[in-house]
Amino acid sequence: MEKVKFLEGNTACALGAVRAGLKFFGGYPITPSSEVAEVCSEELPKAGGRFIQMEDEIASIASIIGASLAGSKAMTATSGPGFSLMQEALGMAVMGEVPIVIVSVMRGGPSTGHPTGPSQGDLMQARWGTHGDHPIIAIYPESVNEVYYEIIRAFNLAEKYRQPVVFLMDEVLGHMKESVFINEDKIETVERRKIEMDQKKYNPFLTENDIPLTANYGEGYRFHVTGLYHDETGFPDVSSENIQKTMDRMYRKIYNNMDDISKNEEMNTEDMDILLFSVGTQARSAKMAIRMLKEEGINAGLFRPITLWPFPEERIVELGKKVSKIVAIEMNKGQMADELRKYVCEEDEKKIIPLNKLESELIPPQEIVDKVKEVL
Amino acid sequence: MAKGKKYIIKIKEDYCKSCRLCYSRCPTNAITANPKNMKVQINDEDKCIGCLVCENICPDFAIEIFEAEDN
Amino acid sequence: MFNYDKYIRKDKFPHIWCSGCGNGIILKSSIRAIDKIGWDKNDVMTISGIGCSSRATGYLDFDSLHTLHGRALAFATGIKMAKPKMNVVVFTGDGDAGAIGGNHLIHAARRNIDITAVIFNNNIYGMTGGQYSPTTPQEFVATTAPYGHIENSFNFMELAIGAGASFAARTTVTNPKQVENFIHKGLENKGFSVIEVVSNCHVQFGRRNEMKSPIQMFDWIKERIIPMSKAEDMSEDELENKVITGVFKNIEKPEYVEEYDKNIMAKAEGE
Repeated sequence: MEKVKFLEGNTACALGAVRAGLKFFGGYPITPSSEVAEVCSEELPKAGGRFIQMEDEIASIASIIGASLAGSKAMTATSGPGFSLMQEALGMAVMGEVPIVIVSVMRGGPSTGHPTGPSQGDLMQARWGTHGDHPIIAIYPESVNEVYYEIIRAFNLAEKYRQPVVFLMDEVLGHMKESVFINEDKIETVERRKIEMDQKKYNPFLTENDIPLTANYGEGYRFHVTGLYHDETGFPDVSSENIQKTMDRMYRKIYNNMDDISKNEEMNTEDMDILLFSVGTQARSAKMAIRMLKEEGINAGLFRPITLWPFPEERIVELGKKVSKIVAIEMNKGQMADELRKYVCEEDEKKIIPLNKLESELIPPQEIVDKVKEVL
Repeated sequence: MAKGKKYIIKIKEDYCKSCRLCYSRCPTNAITANPKNMKVQINDEDKCIGCLVCENICPDFAIEIFEAEDN
Repeated sequence: MFNYDKYIRKDKFPHIWCSGCGNGIILKSSIRAIDKIGWDKNDVMTISGIGCSSRATGYLDFDSLHTLHGRALAFATGIKMAKPKMNVVVFTGDGDAGAIGGNHLIHAARRNIDITAVIFNNNIYGMTGGQYSPTTPQEFVATTAPYGHIENSFNFMELAIGAGASFAARTTVTNPKQVENFIHKGLENKGFSVIEVVSNCHVQFGRRNEMKSPIQMFDWIKERIIPMSKAEDMSEDELENKVITGVFKNIEKPEYVEEYDKNIMAKAEGE
């Protein structure tokens, strides 16, 4: 049975999170994400969870890390400036392998920038915002319907891999209203792994398939978590051997499971003259451009990573071999174009064609059509 | 001297960091400095009155005082 | 006479702190206070930020979390809300709680959330090498105040009370029994409790200010102590640079998580 709801993106995000089992939300108001907090403040207590508006974004992410370690599925929501403030603690969540979801509804930056307009300026902040090498999972949906299902997947990946997951949206997606088709048969949730071990022999960072078997606080294991490099006991070990070993394992935990974590949408990639690369809401305009080009006899394909990070390197390499040009359409100065160049530009430096705009609105289909015709 | 309760002074030498806070405060000189390394050592256990000043002030968990009968 | 072994992670000893550092005294006093209140070890949670004080959590055989500089109270807030049965104790320092984490201290106090914050106030940033902190007294020398410090000191008691803490007390490491009693009172309080313990850092603070031994620093702290009862009859001038000790605030006041459940949860469930 499918239920249809007409929802704003931010509302769908909050409702999806509650459906995923969210039990704690700590946040701070910021445009254009505030509605996520507002809806959570109303819906969470109905679902037996608790909501708090913290004193700033740093406190918000700190509170959700604490709540998650105590056993609750936890989330915060913010936008560019707040996401920047959260970066230090995001690193702590990586280091402590704490399942949390951070929603960042992108607006024009840097600084206060353009609070009420969309941007895709934080794709790299999501990847490399916190200091030090680290793996990250980031998901970026294109529609309100997809927001609802993908936020559930974000929680599932966080729990499964004990990993912070960044959930990217943009101002358009956050504030746009669309139909959401809620089909319970399509929803699966991953619950926190129950740990049953002898307390005396228990170590919180013992791993199974590179994923730590960390219990929740308050269950009698009396374990320690620190932001320092640590060994399987959870206590600091900053020996060079352990640092290398720990981060290698954290990378393996994610990159060895690309099949499970990666999710992409492809359109017309079997037979194409040119490939369009776009993520999030911007991809919708690219899809329209593909239809318009078709009418003019041009076969354009689309590659849209839904899991943006880890980057779908393998598939990009394959697709890159099929075409002579890839147009990377982004509301930024070419962040993904640079990423693409890492994988597809061996022979031809001009293979990646960036189509970038910082006008605080989506790049319209006609401009994409014009660009494709110009470069083909 | 009237016979009161007797106390046992237990010193964990490997915990002691020679800060001197304990024996500089001991009201009866029951404990004193080891002249070699300034760590705490027992001077005269019989002098201990069980006031716990040393136990409480020791930042290093290096001194414990027990009543003789509770061993 | 007290069995600390029950509460410590013995394999982590001897601890990291310098010889004569008062942090160990505060840690031991906290253990006695927790023992006195009789909580089940599995229901106690200690959380710390960054700095010398913040190493305390690693030594205690409870669930423990060593977090980011200044943020311990924010992590603690999430833990308390997710699992209200946990008895949450935060160990923090004068820099951790007064500078980088000042905002969290204010708001935890304002909410009166049931967390006990023990502030190890040694008037200096010890771990980073003796830079001045929000409680370094004027005219004293620090590695970032080579000409003598000119800033005003934070008064943690006035700050905590002003922000809404239901329990606030100050004591010093020279009186471990009082440290234990005040922490115990803080633990008993159902609400936000601040216990400031004035401690010594002869290595980073004393050494640059003609007090290089712990004994000299203990004497310096001791001679400045004025019990609250006595301070009431003294002028502001007389109290300058003194350490007023005592319980500054101890009132009953609605606690945040209980209020949340009583009001918000109850109303939402009714919908």
